[in-house]
Amino acid sequence: MLELSPQDWTAIALSLRVAVVSTLIALPFGVAVATLLARKSFWGKAALDALVHLPLVLPPVATGYLLLISFGRKAPIGAFLADHFGIVFSFRWTGAALACGVMAFPLMVRAIRLSIEAIDRRLEDAAATLGANHLWTFATVTLPLALPGIIAGMVLTFARALGEFGATITFVSNIPGETQTISAAIYTLMQVPGGDRAALSLVIVAILISFVALLTAEWFARRAAARLHGA
Amino acid sequence: MLFVEAQKRLGEFSLDVSFVSESPATALFGPSGAGKTTVINLIAGLLKPDRGRIVLDDEVLFDGRSQVHLPAWRRRIGYVFQEGRLFPHLSVKHNLDYGRWMGAQADSPTGFNRVIEMLDIGHLLDRRPGKLSGGERQRVAVGRALLMKPRLLLLDEPLASLDTARKRDILPYLERMRDEAQVPIIYVSHNAAELRRIAAGVVRLEAGRVVSSGGIELLDAVQPDVLA
Repeated sequence: MLELSPQDWTAIALSLRVAVVSTLIALPFGVAVATLLARKSFWGKAALDALVHLPLVLPPVATGYLLLISFGRKAPIGAFLADHFGIVFSFRWTGAALACGVMAFPLMVRAIRLSIEAIDRRLEDAAATLGANHLWTFATVTLPLALPGIIAGMVLTFARALGEFGATITFVSNIPGETQTISAAIYTLMQVPGGDRAALSLVIVAILISFVALLTAEWFARRAAARLHGA
Repeated sequence: MLFVEAQKRLGEFSLDVSFVSESPATALFGPSGAGKTTVINLIAGLLKPDRGRIVLDDEVLFDGRSQVHLPAWRRRIGYVFQEGRLFPHLSVKHNLDYGRWMGAQADSPTGFNRVIEMLDIGHLLDRRPGKLSGGERQRVAVGRALLMKPRLLLLDEPLASLDTARKRDILPYLERMRDEAQVPIIYVSHNAAELRRIAAGVVRLEAGRVVSSGGIELLDAVQPDVLA
C-alpha cells in the first residue's frame, strides 16, 4: 500500500525538519509571550493578545502574504536579517519553518498561558521567602509546574506545522527538496491525472506521524502530571 | 529583636499595628480575620505596608519614609505556611535543599542531619509532597524553613490544617525546635492552648489593631480554646 518515491521521502524529511525547527524556535517566544499575557498587566496588552491570535483567524494565504512583504529577500525585516545575520527566508525551508511557527504560535501561547494561569502563586511566594529572586522562582517553580502545558503547546505547534499549507505555499512556494512539505507534495500529486494513488501513501504517512506525535505527547503529559501529584 | 509599625489597607480591611517582639517565641494571637496573617506577610516582605517601619535586629526591612523595601527573597526570614506550600514537583529532599541552593550556602551535613533528626523526617526524603500525610508535610515545611538558616521564623497556624490527634503529635516537635534551633519565632494562631505551649510573649490582635501585648497571661483573658 505504501509506495513512496524518493521525492516523497524528501518531502517527509523536510516536513519533519520544518515542524521540529519551527516548534523549537517558537518555544522561547511562546513561553515569553504566554508569561507576559498571564502575569503582567501593561498598556497594549489586549492589542498584543489580538496580534498573537491573528494567524488563527486570518486566512492562511493572507498570513503568507504578510510574511512575504515583511520577510521576503527585499522586504524590510527580511533584508535586515539577510544582511546582518545571513538568515534568508524566501524560497528556503527556513521560510517554511517561519510560516509554520507563526501559524502555530497562537496555539502554543494559549496552551502555555493556561497552564501558567493555573499555577498556585502562593508557591512562588514560598520560593521568595526561601531566597529565590524572580528569575530563579520562574526557572525552578513556575516553569516546571507549567510543564504539562508547555508540552501540550509544543505538540500542538508540531502538529499544526506538519499540516500547514496555505501560508507556507504563499510565502515560499512549492519547490521540491527545498520548500515542498508533505502537504504541498500531496497537493502537487493531486494536480496530476492518476496521482491520487501516490498521494494516498503520503496521506497515510501523515496520519502515522500525527499519531506517533500525539501518543508521545500524551505519554509525556501523563508523566509530567504524575510528577506534580506525587509518585 | 523585631520592631513592627505598619499600616496597610486591603479593600475593606485596614490594619494599623505597632509592637516590639523581644522574646524567643512571640505569639500573634487573635480571632480569624484579625489580620494576623497580614502582619507576618508584611514582616516576610510578601506584602508591602502603605506606611510604617519594620526593623529586624539592626536591619531596616521597610521604611515608608525613606523608601526602603527589602524584597522578600533578600530578608532571610523563614516562613512556615498554614498549608505547607511544599513544591509538588520536587522530592522532600530537594524541598529541604531549596533554601540552601537559593542562598548559595555551603553544604552543611551536620546542620542538615540535625534538623532531619529533630523533626524525624529522614525516612521521607525520597518521597514527593503529594505522598505525605498532613503532619509529615508540616514537619517538612518546618525543616525547609529552618534549613535556609533564617534570622527569624514565622509560623502561620502551622497546625490549623491538621486534626486534633495530629496536632498533639506535632507540638512536641515544635517545642523542640524552639529550644534547639535558636531562631526567634513568631507563632500565629487563634488557639490559646497551642500558644501556651510554644510562646513566651503575646501580641493580641483584633480587627487589625493590637489590643494588648505582654506575657502569656494574656492568653488567660480569653475563653480557653480546647486542644482536646
